Amino acid sequence: MPLYHNDDQAMLKDSVAPFVAEQAPVSHLRKLRDSADATGFSRDLWAQFTEMGLPGMLVPEAHGGLGMGHMEAGIVLEEIGRNLTPSPFLSTGVGAVAALAKAGGTQAGRWLPAIASGEAIVALAIDEGAKHRPDRIATTATRAGNGFRLDGKKSFVLHGHVADVSIVAAKSDGGITLFAVPKDAKGLTADPRRLVDSSLASHVTLDGVEVDADAVIGEVDAGGEILDALLAATRTGAAAEMVGVGQGAMDMTVNYLKERKQFGKLIGEFQSLQHRAAHLYGEMEVARATVMKAQQLLDEGSEGAKLMVSVAKAKAGRAANLAVREGVQMHGGIGMTDEYDIGLYMKRDRALAEYMGDVHYHIDQVARMNGY
Amino acid sequence: MSELDAFRTEVREWLEANCPAEMREPIRDEGDVCWGGRNFKFKNEAQKAWLEACVAKGYTVPDWPKPYGGAGLTPEQTKILKQEMKRIKARSPLDSFGIWMLGPALLQFGTEEQKVQYLNPIARGEIRWCQGYSEPGSGSDLVSLQTFGEDKGDHWVVNGSKIWTSYADKADWIFCLVRTDKTNKYQGITFMLFDMESKGVTTKPILLISGNSPFCETFFDDVEVPKTQYVGEINRGWDVAKYLLGHEREMISGGGAGGDMVSIGGAFAKAFGKNAAGELDDPILRAEMAAFDVDVFAYRAMGERFMDMWKTGRAHPASSNMMKYVGTELNKRRHELVMSGGGSEALEWDSEESKGGARARGWLRTKANSIEGGTSEVMLNVIAKRILDLPGA
Repeated sequence: MPLYHNDDQAMLKDSVAPFVAEQAPVSHLRKLRDSADATGFSRDLWAQFTEMGLPGMLVPEAHGGLGMGHMEAGIVLEEIGRNLTPSPFLSTGVGAVAALAKAGGTQAGRWLPAIASGEAIVALAIDEGAKHRPDRIATTATRAGNGFRLDGKKSFVLHGHVADVSIVAAKSDGGITLFAVPKDAKGLTADPRRLVDSSLASHVTLDGVEVDADAVIGEVDAGGEILDALLAATRTGAAAEMVGVGQGAMDMTVNYLKERKQFGKLIGEFQSLQHRAAHLYGEMEVARATVMKAQQLLDEGSEGAKLMVSVAKAKAGRAANLAVREGVQMHGGIGMTDEYDIGLYMKRDRALAEYMGDVHYHIDQVARMNGY
Repeated sequence: MSELDAFRTEVREWLEANCPAEMREPIRDEGDVCWGGRNFKFKNEAQKAWLEACVAKGYTVPDWPKPYGGAGLTPEQTKILKQEMKRIKARSPLDSFGIWMLGPALLQFGTEEQKVQYLNPIARGEIRWCQGYSEPGSGSDLVSLQTFGEDKGDHWVVNGSKIWTSYADKADWIFCLVRTDKTNKYQGITFMLFDMESKGVTTKPILLISGNSPFCETFFDDVEVPKTQYVGEINRGWDVAKYLLGHEREMISGGGAGGDMVSIGGAFAKAFGKNAAGELDDPILRAEMAAFDVDVFAYRAMGERFMDMWKTGRAHPASSNMMKYVGTELNKRRHELVMSGGGSEALEWDSEESKGGARARGWLRTKANSIEGGTSEVMLNVIAKRILDLPGA
């Protein structure tokens, strides 16, 4: 498959890009932020997403979805990134769907149709500390009654306080097990914190949460592979969103270079800025190609996907970070103001960069996967 | 089975039957590269057989039309051929500036007669070309070139000199930018073709910091060039030159400007040893190599996307400048890490163990990557102007 969007994908982009730009531009984020919105996203907008079939893009057709791939989901995520749109699309429509579709079984049958119909918001309860360390999960699942008892603390759980169900990764007797924990489960509390980008992420406490045996996603002790699928999809999606954030920041900055005058010249005439903008362009193009490659390999079910996902998260992280830093610097004083949007790009980038493993985590993963 | 799958099977079988085992070994030195030409000496029978097999099939220039020595493959088929060659680690049967640069220019601007006359010997590896662009006073500012061709009716008399002419001392013919109108800077240059054995042509290799001499100074002293031997239009050679530079950058990019596109850390882990955690036993170097590996794998994806888009007309025409910039800077970084990884052993200049100072010389050679074919700074200028549309660029 060539590494560019085919006609169907280009059509999808042509319909999603103007939709997100019109319905959820940066002013949409500002409105939610300034009204101290407690949900973290607009349910009206989610209803519009649902009308377009977006939450169920990755849901298999048998479960009421569109059965599309990561390349398609990436198109939506890039526009979400470009417009800084607060949305549960990444956790619900990408991460959760990847895990449930991989696992199949009861929970897939229960939640995939609900995701596709826009009824269910899903949170991913993976991290436990300030840094992403999915190989050191300490939350425990102990057998109790005809099910399990879950104890532990989770952090950085986006939409955790409003999710209808959370996917919780826990250590069981013989491995990792994933659970679908409904929001009304006794002993489950979510403490939402507003982050630098105005999103809401929860500290989730599982204090003797009792779930039935059929709350297990997939098989007991065999959650590792399902978690891998969840992580690969979410990381790739976050990388795609970062490409959108970086591109949005870069476009805004390049436009500014063509408008702002100092010393009687447009500042874009200065070679020092031209070269930095041109360098950034290269980095963004490389990041975009890398993310597309990761999406393609995931869609093909290729063995090489895991490496490329880490490469994509790291590369997109580096490139988008450069885009927002250069963006603020090249805007000068106005870039430091809340009124101007470029700072919002910097904030969103920082949150996305941390989500599901930062640049350093994924660089380290690349070393490990190459045997050093 | 789709047509492309069938093609892949056919290619795979053909390669199996025709690519000698020796030609699947990594390139060890310059002698392993087949450049072709009147004076080329094959290193061994396998190199010759591999070239001949590819020539017969049109695979030295697979995407050129058949009448010009190619195989007439579509972009998809060409990609498959390259993938399959890479899969068995097949060496390139023929490398040449004729294939990479002059050929594409002739395909675009040449007359039918010129295409037949010049392309077939390129495809067969019979004529080796060199490129006469830069002059001592015209490097990045190439269009200021002064080598002059005086109009003598049916021929020009060319005087002047070129510099950085790659392998001019080994080439058979030169494609050369010559000023034919001193009153018009851009529309006063003609893209000429002539035999390096012509009277008045001399070459002098330039000793570089690597201790090698891949480049020459080339002098023209009353060289007569028939007025049929030019490409495009008289005085419009700059159009051809620009097109060709774009192609050169494309080739540098597509041909792996990032160098060998494999993990660098993996290779060094063996030499360095690992700590108890199985990590390369130098945490800072490990981190730098891993960060580099990320960029290499990312650039590999970029290369694939660039070629997919370029071959189907989707790429921005100036995007090869970005590829050249990113890829050459990456390759320089690779060789800095190779030197760090090699430690004092990599410093050896001529010992047998160091293969004649291969690492040190290779490292120094890469410093030219971001100078030749347009400096990184010129690439950034072009991106700023043509892609980002920045003012006054």
